Amino acid sequence: METQAFQKVYTKITNLTKATVTLTATDVGNEEMALVHGRMAQVVKIMKDEVILQVFEGTEGIPTNAEVVFLGRPPQIKVGEQLAGRFFNAFGDPIDGGPDVDGKVIDTGGPSVNPVRRKQPSDLIATGIAGIDLNNSLVTGQKIPFFADPDQPYNQVMANVALRAEADKIILGGMGLSNDDYLYFKNVFDNAGALDRIVSFVNTTDDAPVERLLIPDMALSAAEYFAEEKQEKVLVLLTDMTLFADALSIVSNRMDQIPSKDSMPGSLYSDLARIYEKAVQFPHGGSITIIAVTTLNGGDITHAIPDNTGYITEGQLFLRMDSDVGKVIVDPFRSLSRLKQLVIGKQTREDHPQVMNAAIRLYADAANAKTKQDNGFDLSDYDERTLKFAKEYSEQILAIDINIDTEKMLDTTWDLFQDNFKREEVVVRQEFVDKYWKE
Amino acid sequence: MERNNKTIGKVAGIIANLVIVEVDGPVAQNEICFIQHPESNLMAEVIKILGKNVYVQVFESTRGLKIGTNVEFEGHLLEVTLGPGILSSTYDGLQNDLNKMEGVFLKRGDYTDPLNREKKWDFTPIAKAGDAVVAGDWLGEVPENGMPHRILVPFKLEGSYTVKSVVAAGEYTVDEEIAVITDEEGNDIKLTMVQKWPVKKAVKTYKEKPRPFKLLQTGTRTMDTLNPIVEGGTGFIPGPFGTGKTVLQHSISKFADADIVIIAACGERANEVVEIFTEFPELEDPKTGRKLMERTTIIANTSNMPVAAREASVYTAMALGEYYRAMGLKVLLMADSTSRWAQALREMSNRLEELPGPDAFPMDLTAIITSFYARAGFVYLNNGESGSITFIGTVSPAGGNLKEPVTESTRKAARCFYGLNQTRADGKRYPAIDPIDSYSKYLEYPEVVENLKETIGENWLDNVNKAKTLLLRGKEAQEQINILGDDGVPLEFHERFWNSELVDAVILQQDSFDKVDANCPLHRQKFMLEKVLDVTEMKFSFDSFEDVNVYFKRIINTFKQMNYSEWESDTFKTYSEELEGIIKERLN
Ligand SMILES: Nc1ncnc2c1ncn2[C@@H]1O[C@H](COP(=O)(O)OP(=O)(O)OP(=O)(O)O)[C@@H](O)[C@H]1O
Ligand SMILES: [Mg+2]
Repeated sequence: METQAFQKVYTKITNLTKATVTLTATDVGNEEMALVHGRMAQVVKIMKDEVILQVFEGTEGIPTNAEVVFLGRPPQIKVGEQLAGRFFNAFGDPIDGGPDVDGKVIDTGGPSVNPVRRKQPSDLIATGIAGIDLNNSLVTGQKIPFFADPDQPYNQVMANVALRAEADKIILGGMGLSNDDYLYFKNVFDNAGALDRIVSFVNTTDDAPVERLLIPDMALSAAEYFAEEKQEKVLVLLTDMTLFADALSIVSNRMDQIPSKDSMPGSLYSDLARIYEKAVQFPHGGSITIIAVTTLNGGDITHAIPDNTGYITEGQLFLRMDSDVGKVIVDPFRSLSRLKQLVIGKQTREDHPQVMNAAIRLYADAANAKTKQDNGFDLSDYDERTLKFAKEYSEQILAIDINIDTEKMLDTTWDLFQDNFKREEVVVRQEFVDKYWKE
Repeated sequence: MERNNKTIGKVAGIIANLVIVEVDGPVAQNEICFIQHPESNLMAEVIKILGKNVYVQVFESTRGLKIGTNVEFEGHLLEVTLGPGILSSTYDGLQNDLNKMEGVFLKRGDYTDPLNREKKWDFTPIAKAGDAVVAGDWLGEVPENGMPHRILVPFKLEGSYTVKSVVAAGEYTVDEEIAVITDEEGNDIKLTMVQKWPVKKAVKTYKEKPRPFKLLQTGTRTMDTLNPIVEGGTGFIPGPFGTGKTVLQHSISKFADADIVIIAACGERANEVVEIFTEFPELEDPKTGRKLMERTTIIANTSNMPVAAREASVYTAMALGEYYRAMGLKVLLMADSTSRWAQALREMSNRLEELPGPDAFPMDLTAIITSFYARAGFVYLNNGESGSITFIGTVSPAGGNLKEPVTESTRKAARCFYGLNQTRADGKRYPAIDPIDSYSKYLEYPEVVENLKETIGENWLDNVNKAKTLLLRGKEAQEQINILGDDGVPLEFHERFWNSELVDAVILQQDSFDKVDANCPLHRQKFMLEKVLDVTEMKFSFDSFEDVNVYFKRIINTFKQMNYSEWESDTFKTYSEELEGIIKERLN
């Protein structure tokens, strides 16, 4: 395929580990791609004439006399309108049975946007899910993950958000997706008639784990093409970034690097930041918004993967099963959209910030009341009222199956305030109480 | 070090951004070199020398680099270029002017001039022929965005000099000669407005560095009132992600009583930098009436920019700060986040296969952090004027656990500790500074105590201590209530708890996004603290704990409305009167 006549072919591998091969070669560039025994590989270290290559599919069965061909280029992708509606693997080869795409060849993992050429994100993304739009509004150019337990319906919520978000392009980067989830995405996008807006790069659980490392770069290079050159609003979905990070640790362990916390490489922060920071709002209107999934291990957010992610992204969305109402909700305590203040009360109604905060404060009071109740103490009248409020709020606002507009979310919340509290218990700027509290 | 003949070498090894260069000739530790990659020259810094093998950290991606590529050593260390025109610029970690770069994407090896060479500055001489001068002394001055930008005898000049001539007042570019000085041997040295300085070296041209003693007002109540920082002081803000480090730093940069603000965005989000240069040009500096951006310089080495340059960025920021301090200005320096800087050190130390310390950080982490913080401080210059660098760094502890190397090392270096508390942040009690764990060591300095009494009031610190005691006792009361239940404790416990809630809600909590509440000047802090303490000292009559809750909530609500109202406006007065009314209802 990519082998060309003038390329020098090597046939003498000196060292072989599970993930790497070493050979003597000259005129090789750092991070250059190569084919080792027909498998994709990349240069990771050069010492004089000794070159070490990482083989993405692993080295099983590679003999010491295998053919090694250097391709003289870094990882690349072909971009163009033809990408729309297509499914590719980590190397950019079609996996949907369709033809190869034609397009412009660009290097992946390229340089970052000059910070002074960015614009402050300022466009609200409405999802209809009140737990997101009311309490954790998303903005174009934002990067935000779902922190979810493996058994939660994060891929469904993400697909919903993607379809309602009014993006020009949706780019799915699937890492370690189960075949069922892969088909799920394919179906929902198809059923919504949205396939022509969607480009997918998928590494399934059937593929080699290390190949996943290429997925975010592929997805984001394509996103950059649409957002910068075509000035489109692009939404990138990355699921599951925990499996991506696991692949990083596999590689660094095999390369004998000193692990830091949770056997993750010391560069985990930079590795993840390089991906998430591709989220951008351009002045010309094009944007890349990244919604990712980071699955948690036993809900532990202090683990290096969610921890570093939290330090990079602009907030996080937590899903939680609320057993009192029997629904999955967007947890208002631990979820946070850092960019919400750029739009709430500006692109949404003026009372939005205050209503949001007041409701969460009251919801917190309910949590305290619940603790009291669980510890067998008597509840005050106020406690009882907060509990009732919390239940209604959970059902009518926080549940992920809600689909209403922001005005309605605010009105509903005011109704809940009035049904359960006195004016001064709500602590909202007087001018808003005067305006929105019905007599 | 300065060397005139360039040493040449060839690339012999590449591991990510660590490159091994085989040299033939002298090379110095931390010397700068350029790797002549066909696409563009890549800047790098020497970090280790083993015989003929020189290890350099490259400030750019090494993609495509090949063995045998030529390397030229520059004969100097990593330097900043100092001169008028730094204010309101946005630089990367190596002081390249980001606004001068073409295209949307950063191009590797794109090095741009930090100064404007064409612009004419309105120069006024300060020194005159015959004056004896040393490094750091003032030769003249140009107005830079309303600030007096002094033109200094270059920091690098050792020994004493005599001024031979200074040009007449007038318009000059930074590169035009503005003075000639003569060294002890009689050699003339021509000076322009520009000088260079190696960033990793502290500027020590001042006469004296006393203990800092003057309060630096930040406009954030929980800092100024409870644990104040001083001009030339050091502080750090550790906190788990999302607890408000960046918002707090931005707020301090906006409202602190400083002449110059330098913000080093070190390995954090690009959008946060965008926020600064979107908002600051709009905001007015309360002191000068000019725009905030005019007194601000941003060093942006965001998390997706090269890691080695991230390490350099904090030093670049510090060197710029030292330059303005030598002009007799009050500099406020912010770095967000110093943990990212430490991580950059870790990545490199691991690549060098050095023996790792705790959590794989380099063994000398504490020493590096301490000597960096030591560069802040209040100084008296040779001419009797004073200047200061107040430094506040954020720390992003892994897993939010404060027992990790960066937090622990920083604790040894910084004198103020503003610990952000996850529970407070979760409860939206911003700023989430923990009132009980946080401290300001400056409160132990008699000269600071004296200064506070003078500037705020004789009984100020007594009041502050009262507030701290109320917070502590409130916390204890709350624990008792949680254990024994609302009815299981005397009513007094509820009053105690609510008194602390009152202090918390009115003094500690402050909404950075409210246009009024965001900034609280000292006189207003004093007024509110006294008012709150008055209430806590009143004897109210209550029938039940629920009665206490409801009543205090009303008081808090009214106080909060005061915080949201313009100082002494009609609305402010209305709420103040409303408060008096509520209080009268219940007084015994
Ligand atoms: N003083 C404040 N007033 C109102 N909201 C605040 C305040 N401080 C923080 N917040 C809220 O918390 C969010 C996170 O704050 P911030 O970005 O400063 O956190 P951080 O500690 O810097 O996190 P990271 O370590 O991930 O950078 C903000 O986007 C804002 O919603
Ligand atoms: Mg931050």
